[in-house]
Amino acid sequence: MGEMEQLRKEAESLKDEITAARKAVNDASLQDTVSGTAVVGRVQLKTRKTLRGHLAKIYAMHWSTDSKLCVSASQDGKLIVWDSHTTNKVNAIPLKSSWVMTCAYAPSGNMVACGGLDNMCSIYNLKAKDGNVKVMRELAAHTGYLSCCRFLSDSEIITSSGDCTCVLWDIETGTQKTVFAGHLGDCMSLAVSPDFKTFISGACDSTAKLWDIREGQCRQTFGGHESDINAIAFFPNGNAVITGSDDATCKLYDLRADQELITYQDSSIMCGVTSIAPSLSGRLILAGYDDFNCNIWDSLKSERVGVLAGHDNRVSCIGVTADGMACCTGSWDSFLKIWN
Amino acid sequence: MPIIDVENMTDLDKAKMEVDQLKKEVKLERAQVSKCCEEVMEYIQSGTDDDPLVKGIPEEKNPFKEKGGCVIS
Repeated sequence: MGEMEQLRKEAESLKDEITAARKAVNDASLQDTVSGTAVVGRVQLKTRKTLRGHLAKIYAMHWSTDSKLCVSASQDGKLIVWDSHTTNKVNAIPLKSSWVMTCAYAPSGNMVACGGLDNMCSIYNLKAKDGNVKVMRELAAHTGYLSCCRFLSDSEIITSSGDCTCVLWDIETGTQKTVFAGHLGDCMSLAVSPDFKTFISGACDSTAKLWDIREGQCRQTFGGHESDINAIAFFPNGNAVITGSDDATCKLYDLRADQELITYQDSSIMCGVTSIAPSLSGRLILAGYDDFNCNIWDSLKSERVGVLAGHDNRVSCIGVTADGMACCTGSWDSFLKIWN
Repeated sequence: MPIIDVENMTDLDKAKMEVDQLKKEVKLERAQVSKCCEEVMEYIQSGTDDDPLVKGIPEEKNPFKEKGGCVIS
């Protein structure tokens, strides 16, 4: 037997062992556990603000930790920092490359980052002494597009890429600290755990992986989706993960049970999920879809309890403020909307 | 740290990487799903009443409220 064939058999056998181990602890379903709970009442959120200014499709948005400012990235070649209360533009940052796919706000509020088909992650200092927003660092090493980035602090950022890897960077030196390899398809999205010790990535190989940031290791791999995972987020308690996929479903995976607890799907939904975010308590899961809408799911009862309809094109990104007071949707129609 | 170039890895290297990872994952300690479901349910339920998007926000406390309207004083 060739080495390849041997490895393939070994992999199959290990996967069967894992499936059996997961089954052995699968002694209940979330549906049964919550059977005594009522579905949350109909959630009707209204558009409170529309952020107008981008001239092309919006691909990404990210809230600042202050729950007031947010940054958006559009293929009009701009990053805009908005004051969502007043709708004023705080900064309009022209980008070297207009093919941007992701943006991020540093927890400190001092920096923003973006990247895309240029394969780089560009870091911008918002608080330069002369008041001008400039590129502070260009983090280059990925051999594929930058799909997502998230700051750990002002000195570290994690990126995910179409080259199938995620990377932890030292912003000061502009170098890679750790490369997280293991996905067998483009990495599409990442999210950092509330305690900043781990992060999760979703990829085109239909799996989500949990990584230990300091050890540089993949701890767990979650399957079940039948297509690319485009969106991923941590559940507020840090013990569960929610994913959104091209297979038109969202899933909730529990990290300690190492398996899926529930799938959010409806036969009437046939288009891919582009973006996902939990509400403050985790009771609601807001998911953006290719059909221009955003569905609101009761995370416990797995029922749709609301819809955010208002965009004229695909909802590409969604985010809930840290204080849970509002959610923001960004769309290919070039607008961002704030809802609560 | 050497760059691991997944796109240029041989199929054999990818297969070895996959097997090594599966060997780690097979050793995981897994908690009972029933316990995890209970904890998820309790965590969510304890926060639902204070979740602004679930219970709604009174007009005067909404930082995103629409401006406008007249005040007669």
